[in-house]
Amino acid sequence: MIRTQALTKRYGPLVAVDDLSFEVAAGTVLGFLGPNGAGKSTTMKMLAGFISPTSGQAIVGGHDVVAAPLAVKRLIGYLPEGAPSYGEMTVRQFMRFIAEIRGLAGDAGRRRLDEVSERLGLTGVQHQSIETLSKGFRRRVGLAQAIVHDPAVLILDEPTDGLDPNQKHEVRSLIRDMASDKIIIISTHILEEVDALCSRAIIIGNGRLLADDEPRRLEARSRYHNAVSLRLAERSLQAAACEALRGLPQVASVEQAEDRVTALPKAGEHILPAVAELAREQGWPLSELHLESGRLDEVFRSITTQAAP
Amino acid sequence: MNTMLIILRRELAGYFATPVAYVFIVIFLVLAATFAFYLGGFYERGQADLAPFFSFHPWLYLILVPALSMRLWAEERKSGSIELLMTLPVTLWQAVLGKFLAAWAFTALALALTFPMWLTVNYLGDPDNAAIFTAYLGSLLMAGGFLAIGACISATTKNQVIAFIMTVVVCFVFLLAGFPMVLDVFSGWAPQPLVDAIASLSFLTHFNALSRGVIDLRDVLFFALVIAAFLYANTIVLDMKKAN
Repeated sequence: MIRTQALTKRYGPLVAVDDLSFEVAAGTVLGFLGPNGAGKSTTMKMLAGFISPTSGQAIVGGHDVVAAPLAVKRLIGYLPEGAPSYGEMTVRQFMRFIAEIRGLAGDAGRRRLDEVSERLGLTGVQHQSIETLSKGFRRRVGLAQAIVHDPAVLILDEPTDGLDPNQKHEVRSLIRDMASDKIIIISTHILEEVDALCSRAIIIGNGRLLADDEPRRLEARSRYHNAVSLRLAERSLQAAACEALRGLPQVASVEQAEDRVTALPKAGEHILPAVAELAREQGWPLSELHLESGRLDEVFRSITTQAAP
Repeated sequence: MNTMLIILRRELAGYFATPVAYVFIVIFLVLAATFAFYLGGFYERGQADLAPFFSFHPWLYLILVPALSMRLWAEERKSGSIELLMTLPVTLWQAVLGKFLAAWAFTALALALTFPMWLTVNYLGDPDNAAIFTAYLGSLLMAGGFLAIGACISATTKNQVIAFIMTVVVCFVFLLAGFPMVLDVFSGWAPQPLVDAIASLSFLTHFNALSRGVIDLRDVLFFALVIAAFLYANTIVLDMKKAN
């Protein structure tokens, strides 16, 4: 379990992380969201023991990160921002170095290295020096060193940054496979990733905790939650459709974006049946009709811009 | 395996994975021999000893050791790999010692490769080999002192050029601490005991005794203390950087 209490980091007058308190239980994939400079990386660095907090406390697996740093570091697998490594080493040498430091030696260690390399698709570049690899490979080397000792806590700072869509998919399924018994904290600004991966999301802005909830429930805060979007095969009908939708008593407002019309409901109303009924009555040539679950990017924007001073 | 040794081995392998090792060793050997033969007058003196060889070591180290030590921490900070190293289950001392000992072992190797000098002098005459051994020991200890200073300075910056220049300056001050060039700065205003204390820090004085073959425990202890003090300072610098 991870618990932080009033965790604070100051750099001179700048408050990077401000009075941050949260708890994470095993089996959680926690997404750290926030604009650039919000304090996501700083928080992760403090949990991983790279920098020490100015005040407050962080407990990982029962150990205080300041009082018992080694015990904490043994529990954690950490991918720093940008996935740094020793460029002059080959992938295999580097992985063996990490495994040795993590106390994985002999046959068991070698098997584990093979397994992890296989899983991350590094088998083919084993004997290439890391600095000659592409960004995506380097990121995967960083992931491999973080998971080699099968840690109870995995802290990944932007794990999919710089990966192509296939690699992203691979990394996500890797994270999902490991999620059941671990604490996994990932920072990202790819919001679809939070939807796809996280069981919980924390939004940070200016070092403060702004929201802490399940992604689904965060989406429900969106104006677009339960909104209905439709697309008409004949665009000439669009203006009339807007007019008609505004006439529905449950509809709060109607927005047009290119060829798409979105009707937003009044609080607590379900407008899909009414909209569908209206469309049938009017004989609109619908090419698309769907219910929105909410837009995380819109929630993110409204939460983080409200908080800005 | 001991964590410190794992770091030491990685560091040492790092020297040979890049041209650093080869460039350093070749330049060191060429300069050491050139100085001994041309500036030191190895043949002209007509004496079977290595004094002309060892007497240039302080100056050789003054330039070459900072070039070796500047990257120890600055490079890790620049590339970000320090974040990886410091979040592995490694103590500050294990990291500091591992890096320092790797660099020191590397200079020991470079020094050992000057053995043809020793063969030559044994071929030409009948030198005091115990004295030569003592001089080698003194040279290695002095290199360790320079390296410890350089490692500590390298930890303060992520700029290797700054680390190099600062290390050269600090090493130069330590080298000449017993000489007017440094002492004149202090003798005007500082109390005499302090001036004497500074004078006693001179690398050159302590090395000269050893290089003549006089093994005085105080000289050995001096270099050991310098190394220990700067490695301790190195851990403090790293700790301060962590807290910012």
